Amino acid sequence: MTQWHIFIAFFRVGMLGYGGGPSSIPLVKKEVVEKYKWLDDEEFSNILALCNSLPGPIATKMAGYIGYRVAGLWGMVNAVLATIIPTIVIMILLLTFLASMSDQPWVQGMTRAVVPVVGVMLAVLTYEFLKKAKGGLGWVVMSILVVVSVLLIEVAGVHPAFLIGALLVYALVKPHKEKEQKEDEKVRGKMSL
Amino acid sequence: MITYWQIFIAFFIPGIVGYGGGPASIPLVENEVVGRFGWMSVQQFSEMLAMANALPGPIATKMAGYIGFQQGGVLGAVVGVFATVAPSLILMIVLLSVLNKFKDSPKVKLMTALIRPTIAILLGGMAFSFFQTSYDGVGIWQTILLVVVSFILLEKVKLNPAFVIVFALAYGGIFL
Repeated sequence: MTQWHIFIAFFRVGMLGYGGGPSSIPLVKKEVVEKYKWLDDEEFSNILALCNSLPGPIATKMAGYIGYRVAGLWGMVNAVLATIIPTIVIMILLLTFLASMSDQPWVQGMTRAVVPVVGVMLAVLTYEFLKKAKGGLGWVVMSILVVVSVLLIEVAGVHPAFLIGALLVYALVKPHKEKEQKEDEKVRGKMSL
Repeated sequence: MITYWQIFIAFFIPGIVGYGGGPASIPLVENEVVGRFGWMSVQQFSEMLAMANALPGPIATKMAGYIGFQQGGVLGAVVGVFATVAPSLILMIVLLSVLNKFKDSPKVKLMTALIRPTIAILLGGMAFSFFQTSYDGVGIWQTILLVVVSFILLEKVKLNPAFVIVFALAYGGIFL
């Protein structure tokens, strides 16, 4: 019965969460804390904080960990699959259908019209990331990092993983000051993406 | 076998360096899939991203599932999704006790903060190449029209992205 509940809980989260993993956080909370009471508020916040401090998609980390907590290894597998499988299947079916019709002029028109719209979505996402970066790092540090990123990635053609890796290592070895901690906390509170 | 290995690599890297959830990994996936392995054109990637945005559920796994399926069938989809999900999930379960101690650590927070400008540049670069592709395909006026209208609908009217995508598809199907 528990496995069935885990499946239904994360299936609903996967099917109702538009806008990617982070937007499904409140949905997960509703199922896990309010409906099935597997976790209390504080445990949930702890798990969310952990998910935010690790790389990779948020939704699957939450599903996997909560599934594991509630029903062990199979609970984990169950929760992750329930979150991702339904939407992946829909996606493959829809896109394969579109691809098979790609010679039709109306399909070509559709794909053309969608490109600038996705561009707008990405531009908005860019703006949000920059705004958060400014809040956390301040104008000066953010501007330096922006310029360095443009030079290395767009001009010199360095793989972004190297740059990100270098920044992560820097964050680990850098000596820390008290003042920054407060600012970091401010960002943390706002972080929803 | 090589294909599966490439699929694994293409999604393992975004999964392990993409801090901040699925959306932060979009430009990293694009970098591997369009830039490095050349599996898709910018146009095809944007089409897929539009679909991923319009459908519910996590973005990163939808991309991994679809691209993996395209390159290597069902097994390819499994490999792509596994490479996206497993490393960070395993890390989380294994490191849980350690992480519980360090989750408030300023270092961990600084890590997320420091890579944000880089992710922003990657996203901005993608947005730019999408606008350019659109300019090459449908010209300047259609591009401006679609950009302005979709911006207003998304950010001012706060319409669900799924509807905006559906409108764009309908408009393109009829007029472009």
